[in-house]
Amino acid sequence: MNTCPEHIVHSMHAYLDGDITREDERELMKHLESCSECDELMKSMSETIALLENIEPIQAPEGFVEGVMNRLPKEKKQAGVQRWLRKHPLMAAVALFFLMMSVSTFSSFGNDQQFSVTKQPNLVVEGETVLVPEGEVVKGDVVVKNGELRVDGEVDGNITVIGGSKYMASTAVVTGEIEEIDQAFDWLWYKIKKTAKDIWPSSKKDDPAEE
Amino acid sequence: MDDLINKRIDEVLKGDQDAFEEIVTLFQHRLYHVCYRMLSNRQEAEDIAQEAFVRAYINIHTFDQKRKFSTWLFRIATNLCIDRIRKKKPDYYLDANVPGTEGLTMYSQIAAAGELPEEEIERMETQERIQYEIGQLSDKYRSVIILRYIEELPLQEISDILELPLGTVKTRVHRGRAALRKQMGNL
Repeated sequence: MNTCPEHIVHSMHAYLDGDITREDERELMKHLESCSECDELMKSMSETIALLENIEPIQAPEGFVEGVMNRLPKEKKQAGVQRWLRKHPLMAAVALFFLMMSVSTFSSFGNDQQFSVTKQPNLVVEGETVLVPEGEVVKGDVVVKNGELRVDGEVDGNITVIGGSKYMASTAVVTGEIEEIDQAFDWLWYKIKKTAKDIWPSSKKDDPAEE
Repeated sequence: MDDLINKRIDEVLKGDQDAFEEIVTLFQHRLYHVCYRMLSNRQEAEDIAQEAFVRAYINIHTFDQKRKFSTWLFRIATNLCIDRIRKKKPDYYLDANVPGTEGLTMYSQIAAAGELPEEEIERMETQERIQYEIGQLSDKYRSVIILRYIEELPLQEISDILELPLGTVKTRVHRGRAALRKQMGNL
């Protein structure tokens, strides 16, 4: 057994940890020269360290990262949406636009179940039936909501019937377009067109000139 | 590196799970390696290292971003490894007295601790042998030795990871080193 002073072994460890004082180091080296037993101990400890330090690094197996991700608790849905919005700001703006628009138009479609008609001087309204009398000329667009339209005379403009029906007599003359809207989808399309026309009222007129 | 990690942590804190993937990718090999050296078993190492990342994710809000992330991560992993070692092996050490027997230590009941016969140990490849000898250390020496010589971390960082005073870490390094030298004497 080692009979050398305790502080020599302590110095060996301090030396291996790299926090030995110069003085202690000098004493240790001097001792190792004279004591083969301690020299042997010091050498074998250094060898042990070298073996440990040269141990081969081992890599995580393939699929390790996926394994971790699969084990994570499910993230909140909200977070996924937020991330998507952050990554696609333009798409987010477009999506928001359509969302707002469809919400407002669909809600107006749902709420708007009442009979209404555009006001023109020679339109005759009987209950929920609108009549364009024979021999009369109605100037401007006629829009009938949730009612019936009967055209015996002449309309100088477009006719739009929303959620109702129309009857055209043989004597009827319509200078513009005739449109019937029944489905929600048609309604939405009509709204989009109308909104577009409201926003860019002049573009339609200008376009042909440019082409 | 720390800036990148903190940025990813901020994203994780905001609920972005994908940002955590980069953190896992960065540390997977180091963490797995430490777990493997602690547990000497690839399946267990994978399980525990993955579990450490999951715990880190769940508790990410408790991480102080002024500190080093790897220290925090290694702490979670070493604690899980130590728990696993203690569960696996009965809570005795080789030099502890066997209750009810005068002067009889566990060294005399060696087979129970999973120690191999000498001839078999001598036939081992160097790498395998080193791993085997590390596995023979009790968990408190094992963790310190692995972090010091395999992860090659400074003593202060080991003291932070294990939440032990620096002096205790030094003592454990000394004892672990001396024990390993004795075990590997004939290598």
